Amino acid sequence: MSKLIVASVSPGTSVQDIGRFGAQRYGLVPSGAVDRLAMAAANALLGNPLFAATIELGPLNSVFTAKGGAVRVALTGALRPADVAGSSVAVNTTVTLADGESLNIGVARSGTFGYLAIEGGVRGEPMFGSLAVNARAGLGSPYPRPLQAGDELLVATASATTEKRIELPSPGEGPIRVVMGPQDDEFADGKDLFLNSEWKISATSDRMGYRLEGPAIKHLHGHNIVSDGTVNGSIQVPGNGQPIVLMPDRGTSGGYPKIATVISADLGRFGQTQPGMPFRFKAVTMAEAQAAYRAHAELLQSLPSRVHDSNILMLDIKALLNANVAGTAIDAINDATWQAAANS
Amino acid sequence: MAAALSPPRILPSGDAAITVEFSRTIDDEANRRVLALDKLVATAALAAITETVPTYRSLLVHYDPLQIDFEALGTQLTELALKPLPDPKPARRWRIPVAYGGENGIDLEDVAKALNITPDEVVSRHVAGDYKVAMIGFTPGWSYLSGLPSDMQMGRRQNPRLLTPAGTISIGGIQTGVQCLAGPSGWHLLGRTPVRTYQLGRDPTFLLEPGDAITFAAIDEKTFAEQDRAAEAGEFVAELIPS
Repeated sequence: MSKLIVASVSPGTSVQDIGRFGAQRYGLVPSGAVDRLAMAAANALLGNPLFAATIELGPLNSVFTAKGGAVRVALTGALRPADVAGSSVAVNTTVTLADGESLNIGVARSGTFGYLAIEGGVRGEPMFGSLAVNARAGLGSPYPRPLQAGDELLVATASATTEKRIELPSPGEGPIRVVMGPQDDEFADGKDLFLNSEWKISATSDRMGYRLEGPAIKHLHGHNIVSDGTVNGSIQVPGNGQPIVLMPDRGTSGGYPKIATVISADLGRFGQTQPGMPFRFKAVTMAEAQAAYRAHAELLQSLPSRVHDSNILMLDIKALLNANVAGTAIDAINDATWQAAANS
Repeated sequence: MAAALSPPRILPSGDAAITVEFSRTIDDEANRRVLALDKLVATAALAAITETVPTYRSLLVHYDPLQIDFEALGTQLTELALKPLPDPKPARRWRIPVAYGGENGIDLEDVAKALNITPDEVVSRHVAGDYKVAMIGFTPGWSYLSGLPSDMQMGRRQNPRLLTPAGTISIGGIQTGVQCLAGPSGWHLLGRTPVRTYQLGRDPTFLLEPGDAITFAAIDEKTFAEQDRAAEAGEFVAELIPS
């Protein structure tokens, strides 16, 4: 048994899995990872169950140290620099930390949340089937709060020696897709303004909600409705007309009209949008949204088959080919020979 | 013969949830239909439905779009919602102790002034109410009760408080509420209960169900302190009244 020590931590770092379900009727929200695909990819890299608990990393620096034995981890999500003892670690790969070694994780360059999976998963006591931190409800394990420097996670000692990488499709750059409703009839011109304007995420956003900055959306009948249920991605419009997109730590009910809902397939990409970066919304039909849901579910299930050995030689060949400096050498040798060398 | 039920509105809440809306306002009849549909859905045990969230006026139904699409589930839910309402069953009835006023209910005096009655009269009106858990939401165990006497109804505070204590009993609009965890609130604080509607490690974790009947009983601060210790140790403190 090894330990992973939290040497230093970015604000907004917590243990998250897919969340806890079945108690929303009692006001207990599921919580869970903001970017499920990235979380699942981190688990796939290590052969963990796809929705095992990982560490959801905030956008700033963190340092994690192995103690008592080697620890194998995988880093996905926001693009950022990382290294072990000065040797760089790419996002979407695994790395094994020898006893005493530290993984230094830098500031996110694009995207907000990173995911650090640990071989065998984070260990803890599940509550309602989940280790996900929900600080307000006092839930989460091994700590029912965001991680702090000095925290220690009990983890499996690294078993494998071959490092892995995962090939993920580009997350796409188009507008964030939404299904209108359930209260879009509480808005008239506001709907067009919502769909035709550029929006930015405010710096005051968190895992409860992302506050949007843009033109004020006007209500038809005032901004109070009798509270009803919310979902991940509900876009409610309070009195000041600045929409709030509800995130995994939302309240289970809310009293502002909800103009639209971010589709499930785009929730992770939306959650990774950095504060201040302009983006737009686009309304899609329910049929389109549910087709995207199915495609996204297939992508999730395909993650284990997208994991490959992280072969240095192969990466070097790629780099040489891209730089077009090895033309003569490539010409001189049979392609199959190179392939065999790359796969050995 | 009872009038035919009007069909609810079937509204999309994204691609994996449906809002079945019976009313736009707070309405006892709508709330009865919400709770009845919630039971019917549970009994029907439709595999595609992952969980339901009853509220005053609507039922939020989370579902798996890999198993059923929006149109088909909307049709099924409409059919269930048009079934005749079951006879109102005797709900569980709880008596919830409350220490009113003082530090436990810092708005009691102001509420009395606004209603032009004495603080004692505010307490006796609140205790006289016959309440129902219309919904539980926002944070764990936050129970919204219908049935506030009409001579106690008043608007929310101009400035919501960022932090109100766990166990707060408050009024807002035409509702009264039992708050479990400390948190923000724009309602008027009348008192505190030692009852935990949500407590980790206790079985059941959640005490109240939507549809439960509630009455309040005034207790003094000494009793509050005793019951608070008992509740902390895992006792219910709330009294289940046999029906």
